[in-house]
This record gives sequence, C-alpha cells and structure tokens, in this order.
Amino acid sequence: MVRRLLVVFVLLLIAALGVTAYAQDAAPSVTVTADGQVVIGLAAALSGEGLAPFGEDIQRGAELALEDRPTVTVGGIEFPVSLDPQDDQCSAEGGQAIANRFVSDASVVAIVGPMCSSACRAAAPILDEAGYSSVSPSCTAPDLSTSEFSSFNRAVVSDAFQGRVAAQFIFDVLGLTSIATIHDGSAYGEGLVNVVTASFEALGGSVVAADAVNVGDTDFRGLLEDIVAAEPELIYFGGFAAEGARLVQQLKNDVDGGEIVFMGADGIKGGEFPGLAGADAEGVYTSSSIPSDANKEAVDALLARYTEKYGIEPTGPFQVNSYDATNMILDAIEAVGVVTDGTLTVDRAALSEYLRSIEGFEGLTGTLNCDGTGECSAADIGIDIYAADGSLSTVAVGSPGDDNSIVVTASEG
Amino acid sequence: MASTASQPATTSGGDGVSLAQRIIKLLRNPLQVAGLVIVIFLVWTIIQNLTGLAAAGRPLSVERIIRVIIFGLAQGSIYALIALGYTLVYGILSMINFAHSEVFMSGAYIGFFAIHWAEQSGLLYSNTALALLITVTVGMAAAVTIAVLLERIAYRPLRGAPRLVPLITAIGASIALQQIFLRLFGSATRVYPEVNFYVLPQLFRLECETIDGAEICKGMDLINGRYDVQLLGMELQLRPIFFVVFFLAVLMMAILWYIVRRTKIGKAMRAVAEDRKTASLMGINVDRVIVSTFILGAALAGAAGVLFALYNTQVSPFMGFTPGIKAFTAAVIGGIGNIPGAMFGGLFLGVTESLAPTLLGMSSQLEDVIVFGLLILVLIFRPTGIFGEVLSEKKA
Repeated sequence: MVRRLLVVFVLLLIAALGVTAYAQDAAPSVTVTADGQVVIGLAAALSGEGLAPFGEDIQRGAELALEDRPTVTVGGIEFPVSLDPQDDQCSAEGGQAIANRFVSDASVVAIVGPMCSSACRAAAPILDEAGYSSVSPSCTAPDLSTSEFSSFNRAVVSDAFQGRVAAQFIFDVLGLTSIATIHDGSAYGEGLVNVVTASFEALGGSVVAADAVNVGDTDFRGLLEDIVAAEPELIYFGGFAAEGARLVQQLKNDVDGGEIVFMGADGIKGGEFPGLAGADAEGVYTSSSIPSDANKEAVDALLARYTEKYGIEPTGPFQVNSYDATNMILDAIEAVGVVTDGTLTVDRAALSEYLRSIEGFEGLTGTLNCDGTGECSAADIGIDIYAADGSLSTVAVGSPGDDNSIVVTASEG
Repeated sequence: MASTASQPATTSGGDGVSLAQRIIKLLRNPLQVAGLVIVIFLVWTIIQNLTGLAAAGRPLSVERIIRVIIFGLAQGSIYALIALGYTLVYGILSMINFAHSEVFMSGAYIGFFAIHWAEQSGLLYSNTALALLITVTVGMAAAVTIAVLLERIAYRPLRGAPRLVPLITAIGASIALQQIFLRLFGSATRVYPEVNFYVLPQLFRLECETIDGAEICKGMDLINGRYDVQLLGMELQLRPIFFVVFFLAVLMMAILWYIVRRTKIGKAMRAVAEDRKTASLMGINVDRVIVSTFILGAALAGAAGVLFALYNTQVSPFMGFTPGIKAFTAAVIGGIGNIPGAMFGGLFLGVTESLAPTLLGMSSQLEDVIVFGLLILVLIFRPTGIFGEVLSEKKA
C-alpha cells in the first residue's frame, strides 16, 4: 500500500514538473495562424454570493469592446479575437487556479482581470513567471502596484486614491470626526480600510473602533454591539455586497445603530447590494472610479447598448473599465505583433513592455498613462448615496489636485 | 466559558477518587496540561480586557452582554437544529452526513419560493400566519424530499461498504447538491421579503391608531419588530424574532425527544442504533427506520433553514456551508450520536461565538478560531464530547 502510494506520488511529481516545464516553454511568444484566433483570457467572479453580478458586468464590458473591435489588424491581415471567460471566485485560491489555467494554455495572449484584489495578488506571481500580461478592470488594492509584479496592470484607480477621497469626504463634506472601520479580510477590503484609517487620522479625525468579519458569516450582531458601544458617527466598510448588506440590516434592525452613517466603496456599489439590503440601503454611501466628464456621451451610448443587448441595467461599477482594459490589450497586440507568412507572432515580453508604458491612451474612463508600475488610471472618484428604492445619486466627486492633494467637490442639490 | 470547559475535567475521574489524585491524573497528560494553560490564558485575557475597558471609562454593560447572549441563543438554536440531523444519522449509521448542510440550504431556498409566492399573491399580507405556515411546511417538505433521495441514491447502495466510502460520497453529494441549485436557480442571492406578523393586540398595546375614537392596536410584530423592554431596571432593546427562533427550536427538539423516547418508531430507531443485525432479527425493517431517521433530521434542518432565512433574509446555494460546519462542530462538542448533546452543543457554540469576541476584546474575524479552538479544548478533556457518545461502550 505504502509503496503504491509512493509510486503515485512520484508520478504526480513528474507530472507537476512536466506542467511547469511546459508552462515555461510557452513563455516567450504566442503564434496565431492565419485561420486562427487571438484569444484573450477574462478572469472575473462568475459565481458566488453577491459577486457574480460584478463579474458578469466585467465580462459584458469586454464583450462590448470586442463587438466594436472584433479583429486585430497586424501587417494588413485581420485576426479575429475571442474571449475565454473563467471564474476567479474572487479569492486567492481562485486567482491561483485561473492563472495556472491560463499559463498552461499557450494560445492565451493576455488577460483582462482578475476581478478581486485577492485573486490579482495570487495570480500575479504565476503570470509573472510565465511572462504573461494582465490588465485588471477592478483590482484596486494599493499594494498591487508596489509589489513589483511585472504582469500586473490596472485600468482603474488605486484605493490609495479612493481611500483618501473617502476620508476627506467624511471629514470635510459630512463633517464627521469619529468613525469605525470594518473590513472583510480580503486584500481589497483590508487595503482600503488601511488607507481610509491613515488618511482620516492624518486629517485630524479619530478611528474609535476597528474590526473585521469573515466572508460567509451571517451573524454580525455581537460585533456591531461592540462597535456601537464605541459611539462612532460613521462606519466605513471595506468589502462586498453580501456582508455589507447583512451589516447594514443588522446595524439598523438588531442593534441600536440607526443613527450611524454607513459607508462602503465600489464593493457595494450597484449590483446586488440594494436588493440584498432592501429598504435599509437608504442613506448608505458608496464610491467608485468614474469615467471623465469629457467622455460622457460615449459612455452613455455604451451603457445604452449594454442595456439593449443584455436586457438589464449594468450590474456593477466596472463595465467601462473592462471595456478600456480590453482595448488596451488589443492596442498592444496591434503594436507589438509581427506577421510572417500570414502567421501572427506576439512576443510576450514586448507585449508586457508596451502595456506597462502606454502613454495617452484615450479610453472611456479618461486618458490612461501607465507609469511602469502597473498604475494606469487617473480617473476621478465619485461618491454616491443610495435612495430608498435602491437608486444612486452622486453627492461628491474627488479629483487629484496639485502637489499630491485631493479636491473633493460636493455636488449641487 | 472557562468554567464549562474545565468542568468535565474535574468530573471525569471515577467515584471515590480524591481531588488530589484527580489533579495528578490530569497533569500526567501533556495535552490536558496544554489545554489547562490555554483555559487559564483565556480567563486572564478576559479579565485583562474587562479591567482595561473599565479603566478606559467604558465598561462592558450588563445590557450589552445580555443582548449579545440573546443573539447567540438564536444563532445557536439554528446550529442545534442542524446538529440534531448530524447526530441522528451518526447515531444510527455511524456516518457523518456532510450533505446535511445542503439539506438545510434546500429548506431555506425552496421556502423562499413559497414565501415569494405568498408575497406576490398577497396572502403574506392578508393572512400572515397561514403564509408563514405554508413557507415552513414547504421548506420542511423540500428538505425531507432531498434527504430521502440522498439516502436512496447515495447512501443505501453503500450500506455494506467500509465507513470511509459513504463519508466521501456524502462530501460528493454535498458539492453536487450545491451545484445543482446553482445551475437551476443561478448564483444570485435571493432575499426573503420583509414580514410583519402582528399577534395578540389585546395583550401588547403596540402600534396603536385611534380610529373614530376607538383605539385599535396591531399587537406585537413577532418577526420584524423591535421593542424597548424594561427588565430588572435595565433598558433593553429586543427583537421578538430571536425568542421566536429559540422557543420554536426548543419546541421542535421536545417533539423529537418525544418521538425518539416514547413512540414505536423511536424505539425501533434506538434498537437499530444499538445493533442493526439483532434489530433486523427482531423483525424491525432497518431500511425503513433509517429513512425515518433521515426524514426527522431533514425536517428539523428544513425548519431551521426557513427560520434562519426569516431573520437573516439572504439565501443562496452556498449558504449551508458555514452553518453546516458550525453545527457539525456543535454536534461533536456535545458528543456526536447524543441528542441532548447536540442541543446543548448548538446553543453553547452559538453563545460562545457571539460573546467571546466581546469578552476577549478580540476581532470578530477570530470568531472561527475561537469556535474551532473550543472544539479542540473540549476534545482534549472529553474525547467523546461533553455528553459522551451514549452507545460507545455498548458498541465497543
């Protein structure tokens, strides 16, 4: 028995080595024959509580981009582009699995995604190793661009900015000085809360309580009792819809917290949150990176097409970012691709190099300039409030000012 | 918490053994020493935290502790109801039915369709009691159907197989059920509607309106209401739903206890649990008894699913996992195979989970660490759980 197990183990080891070797062989370049297709991978959460609507929204953004640009043209030859959507489960394990899947498929040129920062962080080292490139439409954790991942790029604003805008909004616009923070233990939630805490304290406010929840837990009443006892004026939440909705409901119905303002970020914007929280969503603040005003017409046209094609209103905040991310990759392929005898060759290193240093890319979210760390977007952050019927209205916009400062402007009305 | 954990240790020695001898016996086992150190550390942390809070000028109020305990009791009742299903099946088949968490989920999920229908047809507002009764019945029926199919398709063909085989099958069945629900109904989370269920307007003069000079009261809202209560000079804000969940759970457990102890089928179940072969020689239809066991466990889980969804509102194909694992832990803490053990384990776990982060001054994220750490602690001092496995000696 032991010997048999040993044999199986050795065989598995050999197989694993074989896969690794294969993945490394696949690294340098991708070739697409004249009758072949350029395959773009897409990694987003396509299942899971409260997350699938965000993932589907990202997938639709990419699909719309491919509808506008069904082919890439290199050397006068058009190559059709296809999308390979996979589920990243919004988790580190999911990100790892998906990265391994993509790097073992030599036909995948580049990846739109992953969706969640946890997945991005887990996928990046594997993609680095294989020389792949990714452009995430939604991974906002600040440290992703400071960890020296060569494969990571994002077409969305870092939480280093979103968190500062949120803190300044709470302090200056709402005029509140004591807050409590809760995050869900994800790379996204924890990263965001850290930025908000640091910025809020730098502004002179105080964080009177800080706690974290587990994804999937349902009973946060004890935790909320503790938080309410610390008497904060606002609770800032870094996390996603399912936990956010439970927190809001339990805060308003089960503990004495009806007076406390609840604020989250892009994790609870749109999608399932208003449906899950019901009437308790009223008065909850959210934020997310927003397309620049200059492109308002084009963005509205895109959203109209979205609604027409899929029969529903956008289910998340990232469809435009996904649209831009897809176009960045297509641009990069056209720029670095080489055609010889009707066969397209894309050098992975050149593709990565190109993506990292994109300058003046006119996307719908604004002008994207990649600074070499993976940071590409400098869009504004919009802060919205939920009405009783679950609709959102913008209350303030945060934009980068001079000397690394932030300007938060409250909207009219 | 500490006192409960260490209590079994002091009572585990035989009769007529002096305290000193018991302590020596306890100290001889390195695991138990480690367990004791952890218990002492926990007590110390609690004292540190409480004195720290008092020194900071915001001591832990009794009101807060009572409220947190009430939340814990409600959550614990749900765990207890699910844990009973694990324990019943284990008692009779010596098998852990890991698909039980999906039985719970299916009760809540199918119950959603019933309450959604009631909301659409207006029944939920015109006759709330009937609508809720239908919802609970549908939830229980769905859970029972799933459990019976599960037993028939996945477990019965493996009756003679080694114990590991049905165990792995159960894990497979659990994943299969999750995926079936996911494919059938989609990954979107569904939300139970808000229900206002007013009772006893004569007794509780709440939400009153004066119409034509006469005061008409709606009564107490059992599900969505929240009221200020004066109790022993303390001002508490309480939601009746937590008491409803707790008392319904206790009622169902009492019914189960009656069935197992006082009815013919209960006697047959106990006989099969004790010795399946002999029971069958005595003319008991073993397969029928096993199906009945699954039905009982599933009915409780289905009801638990609906109750859980009524106050937590969200249902999804994955909702069973966390409560299922916690309920399993509760069953083991209480002593798997033992019915009072499962009830006690569930309530104990619910209260600990709710209260421990507050008392220890720790992050709620560590809640699960506390829960599973507690499991280890209990198993160190009582390897068969707090109430022990009743049949273990007879089987050995």
